[in-house]
Formats: sequence, structure tokens, C-alpha cells
Amino acid sequence: MTEKIHYPPHDGPYFGEYGGRFVPEAFVAALDEIETAYEKASVDPEFHAELKKLHETYTGRPSIITEVPRFAEAAGGARIILKREDLNHTGSHKINNVLAQALLVKRMGKTRVIAETGAGQHGVATATAAALLGLDCTIYMGAEDTRRQALNVARMRLLGAEVVPVTAGSQTLKDAINEAFRDWVASVSTTHYLIGTVTGPHPFPVMVRDFQKIIGEEAREQVTELTGALPDAVCACVGGGSNAMGIFHAFIPDAGVKLFGFEAGGKGIASGKHSATISGGSPGVLHGTRSFIMQDDDGQTKESYSVSAGLDYPSVGPEHAYLSSIGRVEYRPVDDDHAMNAFERLCRTEGIIPAIESAHALAGALDIGRELGPGAVILVSLSGRGDKDVETAARWFDLLDDEPGEGA
Amino acid sequence: MSIRTAEAIDAARAAGRDAALIGYLPAGFPDVDTSIEAAVALARAGADIVEIGLPYSDPGMDGPVIQHAAEQALAGGVRTSDVLRVVEAVAATGAAAVVMTYYNPVLRYGVKSFARDLAAAGGAGLITPDLIPEEAGEWMAASRDHDLDRIFLVAPSSTPERLALTARAASGFVYAASTMGVTGTRATVDSEAKRLVADTKAAGAERVCVGLGVSTAEQAREVASFADGVIVGSALVRSLGADGVAAMASVAGELIAGLSTSEDTSAH
Repeated sequence: MTEKIHYPPHDGPYFGEYGGRFVPEAFVAALDEIETAYEKASVDPEFHAELKKLHETYTGRPSIITEVPRFAEAAGGARIILKREDLNHTGSHKINNVLAQALLVKRMGKTRVIAETGAGQHGVATATAAALLGLDCTIYMGAEDTRRQALNVARMRLLGAEVVPVTAGSQTLKDAINEAFRDWVASVSTTHYLIGTVTGPHPFPVMVRDFQKIIGEEAREQVTELTGALPDAVCACVGGGSNAMGIFHAFIPDAGVKLFGFEAGGKGIASGKHSATISGGSPGVLHGTRSFIMQDDDGQTKESYSVSAGLDYPSVGPEHAYLSSIGRVEYRPVDDDHAMNAFERLCRTEGIIPAIESAHALAGALDIGRELGPGAVILVSLSGRGDKDVETAARWFDLLDDEPGEGA
Repeated sequence: MSIRTAEAIDAARAAGRDAALIGYLPAGFPDVDTSIEAAVALARAGADIVEIGLPYSDPGMDGPVIQHAAEQALAGGVRTSDVLRVVEAVAATGAAAVVMTYYNPVLRYGVKSFARDLAAAGGAGLITPDLIPEEAGEWMAASRDHDLDRIFLVAPSSTPERLALTARAASGFVYAASTMGVTGTRATVDSEAKRLVADTKAAGAERVCVGLGVSTAEQAREVASFADGVIVGSALVRSLGADGVAAMASVAGELIAGLSTSEDTSAH
């Protein structure tokens, strides 16, 4: 456990050949402004104190860890320990990053935030922080996603945000991102684009990872206290990849800790209907950064698919592409069926309804447990709770008494 | 031998115009054959430089008119190789043909291969809305090897340092995005445009052309009073989509009339 990995410079703008700023010139001044504000804040004890206070009194940090022995009975004798980001205010790890960026917005003197959201977790977190800190808020969401996640749309509106359904393209997350970029280029003097994951142009991948690395720092201490040692493996789901970067980061230098990122395998990589960008994509540029993306032979973005709206994105954070390229993290696809089986198992054995995103990591952890054998300790990021996914899960398991659209 | 963009701009001046007209049309819209016909008609109507758009799935800098045209072109099956066919047809008219493209399709094609094939098709260069000079190392080298223009953008938010950096990296002309926003017609030309052109020239650019928001002959005339070229996109695309090739060429003709210094040359 004492062997250390040398992790080369990874503070951006590049991670190896990935990252950078592939953006219109009009954005560069704003990105420089954010970078400067972030660099100042990161060495300012007042910023850290303010954020710490919000984490403790608003988010509910530190989040606890929970060992799940009944769930782990299917893991070949391995122990499984969950890092409970689902218990955070607003129901996921997203709030960690959003509160921190919202504090930066105040420091930059801007009055409005925009964001895009797929499943709605990032949108709800952003609307929440905007309400808390008195910022105007507009959330872009693919029209298809507003239908899939109607309750989260209502939550955002209750919190005072304007939700704009995007009808262009495939009407999902990537189109909402394009629309947010369009808004931002026209409003950049007053508006901050609050990116919710470790992707986009520099400095977002670095900054969001830094705001999320608290997950791994807490978990490292908690697991060590519980078991007397570091875990053998850390597992997380990867869409854009912010919860995964958050929990991985504290363990990257520890050669004895295996790191696994589980991507949405959808209906299987061979079917083409998936969102497993590293497992089934190739290097390219999308939404301001060079990373792995899902694209055709002409470089046109392919539509992604997952049962989980939160993983349904055709790119991934550039630091993940880098960690894959140096072999530090192993990325594997988990298909819909496998994820939903783990979802159901956690509900039935432990009384915890996970987000479907997180269920991909749970399914992966069961596999890793069987590979590592009895006694192995596996830490899993339970990135969110499943409230938003109850309807999807109910349809999946055929639990609804009425057909959709019937009744009052 | 293809004509370079600087040469085309200078020739427009020599022909008595205040500024060159640079017209944008996406390849494959409404279909590949019609887009070739339209691009050729635009050049014959007198456009000095024809920008051929490479339709892209995620056009974050484009407004609704161009985005919808790109979606239609992609749905119709347009490929990167079709874009080069349009370039070839435009170059054959004697106008300068440049490709306007987001970076990923070029990256996927292979930056060196794209430069080679664009030059072979008679293209004069590339306009890259999401590629800033800092990220353009591979394209800088390939464009030098194949004698292609590198047309980078500047924006009202660009600092003097960045204007100088961009002016140094660019060749042919610098594209001044006149307003903080996406493509599309606007009622008035942003007052920022004049300042931006002056600042970009002061930073070392020889030729600066203005785009984003120009759609009428009156706006074109106003821009021509301070810029080397006027870039028009959405107005042409809308006209092509609604009324066809001849109507689009007639809009182009009106714009060109707006760029002429005297009545005599307005009937060009």
C-alpha cells in the first residue's frame, strides 16, 4: 500500500494530449476571468471558510460511508462500502461543485448563472445555489429530457429558475449545451456558465475536479478508519465524470488502489446504442475540449443512449481520457440490464434507492468483487439518490398499476 | 491556380468597391447539387470570396437559420468529401473559395490530409470559429505546407494582446465577429464593429472583414466604410432556403451594389 504512482502534471490546460480550449474567441476573455478568479479564491482562506461553512450547514458534509453487507453477498466475498453523496442536499454530488462556483460568481460580480442539465440533478443544484445566493438562473434542458424528468423541471421552477426546453437536434443534453453556449456568448459580461462536470474548456475540468475532490478526501479517511487500510478498489460511474474524478483523485497516487470507471453501456457497445465514450469512442473535440467522443467517420457527433439520462452524453472529461491513456483507471461499460439489476438489488437488500447513474457503479463493483476475491474492500461512489428515477425504474420493472396517460 | 483571399479583397478594391463581399452558404443545403449551383451563382453574382460551410452536428456559434440548414444538409447525407466538391466548383469561377468549419471534422479527416485535399480542390483557406491560435499548431503547420490561409476570429471581448496574437497567426484576413453573439441577421450593425476593426488593424492585421449580423445593403455599405470585407451568411441562406438559387443571387447582387463607391459600378 505504500507504493506511490508518479502522476505527471495534471493541472490543465492539458492532461497529456487532452483538454485545452477549443472555443470561439469570444469566450476566451471570460475563461481567463474565471481562471483568475478561481486561482485567487483557491489560495484565499476566506473562500475556503465560506465554502466549508456551506458544506457543513447546508449540504450536509461530510457525507457518511455505509457498508452494505447484504448487497455485497453477490460480490464474491468482497466488502462493499458506499460513499453517500446521495444524502447531500438536492440529492447528489452536484451540489459540491455548484455551491463553490456560485461563490466564485459573486466574487466576479456577475448576477446571472446559466446551466444545462440532462437528468436534472445539475439543474436542480444550480437553481438551488442561485436561490440561496440571489442570482438569476436559466437552465437549458433538451425537450426530450424535460419530458423524461418532468418532476425535476417543476423543482427548478419552484426554486425560481427559468427552464428552457431545447428542441434542436436530438433534444437531449448535448443540444442543451450548444444552446447554453449560444446564450453565454451573448451575455458573458453579466452571466457565468456554470458547467456541472469535469469537461468543457480549461479551467472547468480542473476547477470542477478540485471542487469535487472532497468526496475522495473524506472517503479515504473514513474507509481507513473503518477498515484500518486503504480500499483495494474504488468504483464510480462516468458520464461527464465529475463524481468519479471527485472520488478517484485522492487515491491516484496510491498504486495499491485499483480505480474503475463504469460507463453507460446502454444496449451494448456493439449495438451502437450506448454512452460509453472511452470504451466505444475515439479522440476528438466537442464542447470546448479535446477528449474521447462518440463520432462518425466525418467527425459528426453520434447520438448517445442510456437508460440513465444523467449518463447520456457523447463525451467525457479530458482528465478521464488521460487517466485511461496512462492506464491508471480502467474504464468498462455496464449495460442497462446489468445496472438495473444492481439498482433493484440495492433497493431490496439495503433499503437505499440509488440514482440509475450510480447503479452502473454498483453493478461494476459486484463484478470487481468477484474478480478480487474474498476480503477485498471496494469503495463505491453512490453519486446520487433515485428519487428522480423512480418513474423510469417503475416502468423498467413494470410496477405501475395503470398504463401511462390513463387516469385523471 | 486558386486565388488567395488577400488577392480577392484587393481586387474588389481595384474594381471600385469600398470592400469585398464574402458570402456564406453551407454545403449540402438544401441538397448537394443545389448547394454547388448556389455557391457558383453566388460567385457569379460577384461575391469575391465564397465561404463554404461544412455542416456540423454541434454548431455552437451559429444562430437558428444556419443551424437548421446544417441539420437539413446532414439529414440529406452530406459528407466532408462533398464540401470539397463545392470548393472545386467555386474555385473554377475564379472567386476565392474558403471553408468555414468547426474543428472536429478537420481533426477527424486528418489535419494534414484535409489541408492537402482542400488545396488540391482549389480552396484558399479555412475559417475556424472554434479554433484559437493557441490550439492551432497542427493546422498552422499544415496550412503553411499547402499555402492555405488561416482565418482566425477576433471578438469585441478580445484584449489588445490577443488581437496582436491573432493578427500574427492569421493570413489572408482576420474575421471580426462584430458582436457578442451567434450568426444571424440583426436590425443594426453593432457599434463595437468599427472599434474592433480599428483595434485589430492597430494590432497588426492588414485586412479585417466583418461578420455576424450583416444582412441588408445599407448595413453592408456602413460596414464597408471601415472594413476590408463584409461577411454575409444568414440572409443568403434564408433566401436560398425560401426562394431558391436565383433569389439568393439577387440578394447577393443587392449587397454588392451597396459596396460600390459610385453609381457607375453599382450595376456590377
